[in-house]
Amino acid sequence: MYEIEETKSEIQTKTVTGADELVVNMGPQHPSTHGVLRVILHLDGETVTDLDCDIGYLHRGTEKIGENITYSMFIPYTDRLDYIAAPSNNLAWVTAVEKFFDWEIPIRANYIRSMVGEFSRIASHLLWLATHALDIGAMTVFLWCFREREMVLDLFETAFGGRLTVNAFRLGGLEQDVPAKFLTLAQEFIDIFPSRIQDYETLLTNNRIWLQRTRGVGVISGEDAVDFGLSGPLLRASGVNYDLRRAKPYAAYPYLDFVVPTGENGDIYDRYIVRIEELRQSVKIIQQCLEQLPDGPVSCKTPRTIKPPVGEIYHSIENPKGEFGFYIVSDGSETPYRVRIRPPSFVNLAALKKLCVGGLLADVVAVIGSIDIVLGECDR
Amino acid sequence: MADESVQGENSEVDEETSDLNPEEDSKKDVGRDILDVLEAKFPGSTFDAEAFSNFEDELSITLKPDSLEEVALFLKDHEIFQFTMLVDLTAVHFPNDDLPLHVLYQLFSIEKNRRVRLKVRLQEEQSIPTVSNLWSSANWMEREVFDLFGIDFSGHPDLRRILMPDDWGSHPMLKSYPLEGKGERVYDKPQRKEIGE
Repeated sequence: MYEIEETKSEIQTKTVTGADELVVNMGPQHPSTHGVLRVILHLDGETVTDLDCDIGYLHRGTEKIGENITYSMFIPYTDRLDYIAAPSNNLAWVTAVEKFFDWEIPIRANYIRSMVGEFSRIASHLLWLATHALDIGAMTVFLWCFREREMVLDLFETAFGGRLTVNAFRLGGLEQDVPAKFLTLAQEFIDIFPSRIQDYETLLTNNRIWLQRTRGVGVISGEDAVDFGLSGPLLRASGVNYDLRRAKPYAAYPYLDFVVPTGENGDIYDRYIVRIEELRQSVKIIQQCLEQLPDGPVSCKTPRTIKPPVGEIYHSIENPKGEFGFYIVSDGSETPYRVRIRPPSFVNLAALKKLCVGGLLADVVAVIGSIDIVLGECDR
Repeated sequence: MADESVQGENSEVDEETSDLNPEEDSKKDVGRDILDVLEAKFPGSTFDAEAFSNFEDELSITLKPDSLEEVALFLKDHEIFQFTMLVDLTAVHFPNDDLPLHVLYQLFSIEKNRRVRLKVRLQEEQSIPTVSNLWSSANWMEREVFDLFGIDFSGHPDLRRILMPDDWGSHPMLKSYPLEGKGERVYDKPQRKEIGE
């Protein structure tokens, strides 16, 4: 129907003009690209002059699949989007579909949803910290972070059976109440975790190598960050105080007290500080959830076949990576007419060129790490 | 879809004096202030407002393709609304409609914490002006819509496929694209055709 002008490889060879420019291919099988991201770098010496991202290696047509299965059947597919923080994706989907209806989600279910959402934030940020530090050269942080992440995954296993792709929530609440063991394990984790965050900070926050690799690298101003549609810690590190848990509260967040940390400089170091502070805030939120957790049912009465009214909704939540949203068009039948996933990784990754051009080749790895992408959600 | 009745009854509201406090709006008139300002500024450019639900962020304004650029720029630079962020850009295919391709722009204002959805309906193979000069985030999202729906964004600096292979012959998110079998999956470059068939 439409002509595709030229393939990417043609562009790559075409733009090589001067003898000084060197084209380097990075990925898709490069350990520092965090999945199957391919970056074509144009270098002048050590300086990056141009950059092109090649994504789509993990494209599975999730949106197309969503058009052909029922609303409940799509929940496990959302696990495979941002697979580092699967419960957050579940939460985005179920709250988006619930927006069609006026169901009253039980308060206990909302508290458990917020709590599990924060645990998935901890799991996601720990994996980010581990791999990002490893990219820059700190090995110990990697091992320590995975030690704690293992505890979070054990928690998921206790409550929902799965560890990575958890499939935690159902339309209308939860499938069943979490076991008592989950609550005691969660409390144990919350008790020890703040000291562990302190341990990571002793290794990194004032580490001279860490500071040299991250301070003033990959800077983006708040204005540019908004222009690029960035969200999540990336946007907040640039000084823009925007968190969907605060701006448009969902689940139990209206009742919870927490601080939205922001940075000032918008560099890699500020993103690190913001995420570390988010770990502390997550602990605070989970502690409140455990204290305030009411008794009662965990699921409201839902019809056997879910048929939303004709219409369209957009609903987004604060995923660990940023604003994760669903745009759903319903034609009144059991299957959605259109499912659009608003992927934070995809939108954030689009700013990579802005962050890297003019910087050094060695910093590209650090910048990719600081964006915190998951290609499963980027490519969908 | 909704008929194209022009809602011009309330267009006499002055842009400067219109009440812009969202808390005083009744639930049905959510986003009425945005519509009033738009109708005063661009008479005839808004088709209809499909406020589906009672949520404040579900205001949807359907525009003519020609007026998209100026309305988008107006909303972005408006001193009260400040829709400085393009959160999402996507499309929906309604093959039985007269205007089968709907392109959607989810705008967000961090200052006001408000959202609005702009909608443009297109013919098959009709091109639409790019908004990537207004919001940089539109660059990749327009590439994705071009890739998956085949919608041509005129003026886009770098309109290439982004998720599918470069030589993929069709646009998989169209409703006509089959779910099983070879279907439309014909490669349009000769070297791939031999492998694909």
